[in-house]
Amino acid sequence: MKYHTPSTFEDASALAASAPGVTRFLAGGTDVLVQLRAEIVTPDDLIDIKHIPGVKEIARTKDGGWRIGVAVSGAELGAHAELVSEWPGVVEGMELVGSTQVQGRATLVGNLCNGSPAADSVPGLVAAGATVTITGPGGTRELAVEEVPAGPGKTSLAKGEVISAVHLPPRGDNAGDAYLRFIPRTEMDIAVVGAAVSLRLDGDTVTEARVALGAVAPTVVLVSDAAAALIGSSLDDAALDALAAAATAACNPIDDKRGTVEFRTEVAGVLVKRAARIAYARAKGEK
Amino acid sequence: MPKDELKSEYKLVGTRPDRPDGLDKVTGRARYGADFSMPGMLFAAVVRSPHAHAKILKIDASKALALEGVKAVVTRADFPDGLTGEDWNLQENTIANDTALYDGHAVAAVAATSALLARDAAKLIEVEYQVLPHVTDVDEAFAPGAPAVRPGSADHSVSSREVDLPDNVRHNVVREIEFGHGDVEAGFAEADLVREGTYKTEATHQGYIEPHACVGQMGADGRGEMWVCTQGQWFIRKFCAAVLGIEASGLRVTASEIGGGFGGKTTIFMEPLALALSRKAGGRPVKLVMTRSEVLRATGPTASASMDVKIGMKKDGTLTAARAVFRMQGGAFPGSPVDLALTCAFASYKLPNVEHIGYDILANRPKCAAYRAPGAPMGAFAVESLIDEMARELGLDPLDVRLKNAVAEGDKSSYGPTYNRIGLVEVLEATKAHPNLSVPLGPNQGRGVATGFWFNHGGETSVSVSVTEDGTATVSIGTPDIGGLRASIALMVAETFGIGYDDVRVNVVETGALGFNEPSHGSRATFASGKAAVTSAQSCIKQMCQRAADKWGIDAEAVEWVDGAAQPAGPNAGKFPPMTMKEIAETMGATGGPISGHNETTMDGVGASFGTHVVDVEVDPETGRTTILRYLVVQDAGKAVHPSYVEGQYQGGAVQGIGWALNEEYVYGKDGRLQNPIFLDYRVPVASDLPMIDTVIVEVPNPGHPYGVRGVGETGITPPLPAVANAIADAVGVRMKHLPMNPPKVLAAIKAKANG
Repeated sequence: MKYHTPSTFEDASALAASAPGVTRFLAGGTDVLVQLRAEIVTPDDLIDIKHIPGVKEIARTKDGGWRIGVAVSGAELGAHAELVSEWPGVVEGMELVGSTQVQGRATLVGNLCNGSPAADSVPGLVAAGATVTITGPGGTRELAVEEVPAGPGKTSLAKGEVISAVHLPPRGDNAGDAYLRFIPRTEMDIAVVGAAVSLRLDGDTVTEARVALGAVAPTVVLVSDAAAALIGSSLDDAALDALAAAATAACNPIDDKRGTVEFRTEVAGVLVKRAARIAYARAKGEK
Repeated sequence: MPKDELKSEYKLVGTRPDRPDGLDKVTGRARYGADFSMPGMLFAAVVRSPHAHAKILKIDASKALALEGVKAVVTRADFPDGLTGEDWNLQENTIANDTALYDGHAVAAVAATSALLARDAAKLIEVEYQVLPHVTDVDEAFAPGAPAVRPGSADHSVSSREVDLPDNVRHNVVREIEFGHGDVEAGFAEADLVREGTYKTEATHQGYIEPHACVGQMGADGRGEMWVCTQGQWFIRKFCAAVLGIEASGLRVTASEIGGGFGGKTTIFMEPLALALSRKAGGRPVKLVMTRSEVLRATGPTASASMDVKIGMKKDGTLTAARAVFRMQGGAFPGSPVDLALTCAFASYKLPNVEHIGYDILANRPKCAAYRAPGAPMGAFAVESLIDEMARELGLDPLDVRLKNAVAEGDKSSYGPTYNRIGLVEVLEATKAHPNLSVPLGPNQGRGVATGFWFNHGGETSVSVSVTEDGTATVSIGTPDIGGLRASIALMVAETFGIGYDDVRVNVVETGALGFNEPSHGSRATFASGKAAVTSAQSCIKQMCQRAADKWGIDAEAVEWVDGAAQPAGPNAGKFPPMTMKEIAETMGATGGPISGHNETTMDGVGASFGTHVVDVEVDPETGRTTILRYLVVQDAGKAVHPSYVEGQYQGGAVQGIGWALNEEYVYGKDGRLQNPIFLDYRVPVASDLPMIDTVIVEVPNPGHPYGVRGVGETGITPPLPAVANAIADAVGVRMKHLPMNPPKVLAAIKAKANG
């Protein structure tokens, strides 16, 4: 195995593009190193991107959004008061990843690129309308987060492409987001179902909404029917029932040791309603 | 009542000093299994079957042996033939002969100069398999026509029920059990309410944090040493000697500190492989450390069970008759704890008519090992669930029903013997008086109670106590310290001598230092090693009185031992100032030589322990998720030598039971492979899942122990399974009869009930 520490994303991309065997980018390492030790994936080239300047930064962008470096850990995200106050759903999703120790290492981009449909930070990013910058052999491009996962353990990134930043849009007024996951225990588990809702209000009425589900399909899914069920409503029971029905209809889960098809589908409808209530309360300024 | 309010006649027994091994453990100085290293040591890796059941056609290790640094490969061919009975079972489980019997069954092992090299070499050992039909579920293994796990091993000789069991069909039944008393049919006829139910529990693992680890060294002469994480170094010696065909005295075994065992470390799994590799590698020491996945796939979880229970009850709650038919699989070998499950099943109740029937069944799973009160939690799940259901149906308080039928001294037990002094009634009364019982419950919340029992065990015991030359005491015990044993032994020995707690040093010693000791199992260590240590200390005291008598020129009978010193036993004995243990010790070389006492016996006087648990839960009706709100353990300790460690045992038993009840299970795929061999998916409870577990120590002294000790380690896991099930039934009205009661199962039950 060869271990690389490039100092630019262009170099990282070039290394990956020319590597003949199994390649992995190393950020927090909470998936890559675990898979390596468990002999699930033994990379021929391990490209550590933590030495690239700026990867640990959380910065306000000109449009009022956020640029988050690829090596920013969950703990650092959670300690950033402004970010937490604007995007609590995004941050709480990331903070559910792993233990306290893992939180000191694990990153948004790592969680995204691991390609798990159950990744806890991804539904919140998708609901937020987050995008990523991808550096590749042909330059850089922007991609919506929901376009990154391509199936369990797979992403849409081409050979030699590496994510070089995460962008959150400006939060604006009267808006809130939330993420909930279902696990049988209280910690140290993988989501059996995850649900994220981001919405904006005009008075009591929802004017914008995005809803994303995790662990109920081969990838995290953006459910536009579920968003449509919310828009124009004041989160009354009928809207919540329509939201749950749309979420349930979007489920295409598997039966496995962590949960059954029936259970995942049912609980997706339950969680999405609960997440919507929290997001709504946050948009109203309730803590 | 809080322990502090109890009047104690003792100075030390019943107090809570720091444990003597605590500083080493919190500073990292304590040496656990994987901490041993030796010069020239090799590292081993094991090749394991990926199939649940497969004929081994060929093993080719030539590519592995060609690697530089690979020093030895062993297969079954390196072990002796001709073993029988349990010795053969242990050997076969250590390394497969011509058939792999479960996913994870060891097939070959390799030793190399580094752990990484050994792992790489193991991958180069080529094994050709012919996959055979397999069965993992207990009911499927019991069914007529099931694939035979070990053809020809069926045994129906004990049964008088050939009608039910023509031996040409149930291939996997290797033992049948029947016992009871009275006339159960007449008893059911007497009852106002007769109910029956079928209950199922899945296999669970002890889940100890420390994986199995050892360093083994053995020469061509068959003599060697082993350093190993175990609950019983003499069992390691005995079993390894049998499997390797060497003399037991040729092997010296030292137990490391132990990061949990719960019964699972009372036997061998991979230890003979390290010794066989060492012998083949010219006597170089070989270290073998299991991964978590190996621990879950290839050590000894408990059995899975399928159980029918039928009970007759009068309107006032009096039990008239009961019948239990239990089926248990304990892996591909005989030895599921179905016998113990049956004997514990009705042990809490006065029953004039009772019948027990049991079947020990083979399946393509790892060989089960002991797990905390083996069998008792499963039996309790079935029996205590049904009693709860019947009490509710008759409108009776579940605790009152238990009190009405509770056994006491002089009652004939359901399994035969007559009880001596036991504390079940005291436990139930203390439970009724506890404030948790009057906490109001909200919507979707429920309260469940259940009672449990464990015999406790005496066992083969050797202990030595020596008076140290400075007047302190050194105690050698052969039972590893799995739950505060050194502290408890030091308290009892110090109390006996009349010296300070810190003046007693307790060492867990190797097999060369004492006679045979059974492991720290059966909740016996504080009871049996403690009793033997007190007997040994009393022998030392007798010798010290003799030394004082010799010095004073009086009869030894005229000397008594008070507060750590010899003194004349009254005014007629003569006037001499007391002679302290320190004074006697400092001159003992000149007064007759070293003073020590020892005790070797199969310990008698064991006292059973009963416990009652009360749990409050809240069930989320939309997700089926159960939250434990409150949990109370009330149990008879006989005497709590160190109350903190007794409370720790109560809490630990409850927590393991909660895990078993709610989420833990061995999940096998259709291919017979274990689907969840990591702690991510084998879901033991995490700290944040639990409230502080409340405890009440009831003390009904055991007349068979000098300080009244009963065992406390195991009873605590016997009530939680039904207690949680009864609480869920109380909360949302669904009766869960198949563990674990995980959210998908509970939600499905809630929806089924809502849909009528």
